[in-house]
Amino acid sequence: MPATYESIATHTIPSTTASYTFTSIPATYTDLVLIVNGKNISSDQGLTCQVGTGSIDTAANYSCTYLLGSGTSSASGRFTSDTNGLIGRMGNDNSTSIAHFMNYSNTTTKKTILSRGNNGAYAIAHVVLWQGTTAIDTIKVFNLTSVSFAAGVVLTLYGIKAA
Amino acid sequence: MSPILGARGGLSASAYGFTSVVAAAVGDYQSIATLSGTGSSGTIAFTSIPNTYKHLQIRASYQCSTTDNPYIRVGGSSIDSGSNYSWHHLYGDGSSALSNGNGSQSFTYFGYSQNTTNPNASVIDILDYASVNKNKTLRTLTGQDNNGGGELAIWSGSWQNSSTAIGSISLITGGNFSTASRFALYGIKG
Repeated sequence: MPATYESIATHTIPSTTASYTFTSIPATYTDLVLIVNGKNISSDQGLTCQVGTGSIDTAANYSCTYLLGSGTSSASGRFTSDTNGLIGRMGNDNSTSIAHFMNYSNTTTKKTILSRGNNGAYAIAHVVLWQGTTAIDTIKVFNLTSVSFAAGVVLTLYGIKAA
Repeated sequence: MSPILGARGGLSASAYGFTSVVAAAVGDYQSIATLSGTGSSGTIAFTSIPNTYKHLQIRASYQCSTTDNPYIRVGGSSIDSGSNYSWHHLYGDGSSALSNGNGSQSFTYFGYSQNTTNPNASVIDILDYASVNKNKTLRTLTGQDNNGGGELAIWSGSWQNSSTAIGSISLITGGNFSTASRFALYGIKG
């Protein structure tokens, strides 16, 4: 009998690396939850992703609305027809982001990703729309401006299965 | 039929047009039941929720046929539609970060629908739902992006009933939930 909430894969970045890609994600769950914990080799960056089916979709099929607080001010903004979708925040201090890939394995609707993240500079939340209607089986995680992850960043992907 | 989808007002869950699957209980995060939209109803009703968990979580991906803010009501054996709710939210509409709130309401919100095609998503936590000595708190992370529109929101809601364990939950939109809409209820052991 399958567990309802279980770890699919965990990867610890062994040395400075620009990205990590989860592949062959099974379609047997309802939602995915990705937790990224660690830091960059330099300052505050948006943590982002590209998804796809069999391969990464690098086309302008992503859009995002975000809400953030810096400790002194708050703001909201959005990105449209972008080539990636933001899912958190990382800095050169310890940072945590949690992203929910909702109904990721369905093959009839576009996909929505909800996330919250924080580092030493911001608390932030995002909603991302990916225009694809195929099941997501590949997720690439990286920083928005190509700043590399420091060694020790841990990326854990969980699957949640509804009855 | 799942035990939480038993008779409600003399009607079975299937009479409401919902499809359901019996829960598979493994680990401390357990699937209780999943309901799907029908395209012809604006209400999703979980009933007879067991009080054997510490917290509940609803994970929802849905499309509303109208542009409105879908809302949630709870209750013991029946839904409370009285003015016993309050809510606050912090949200971003793509240009500004905003906040407001209200008391003595007949519901609290769990989502935001600005587009009838793209999926909304909500993760709703209902904390200490089985307590019979304190009011209940609901918190939600929700959003919908429409490639040029949309909103991201963090909702906090309260049900002002300290003596009743939550046994019923209704999620409601002013129009209908599409057939692609899915609402999954989970129980978390404490």
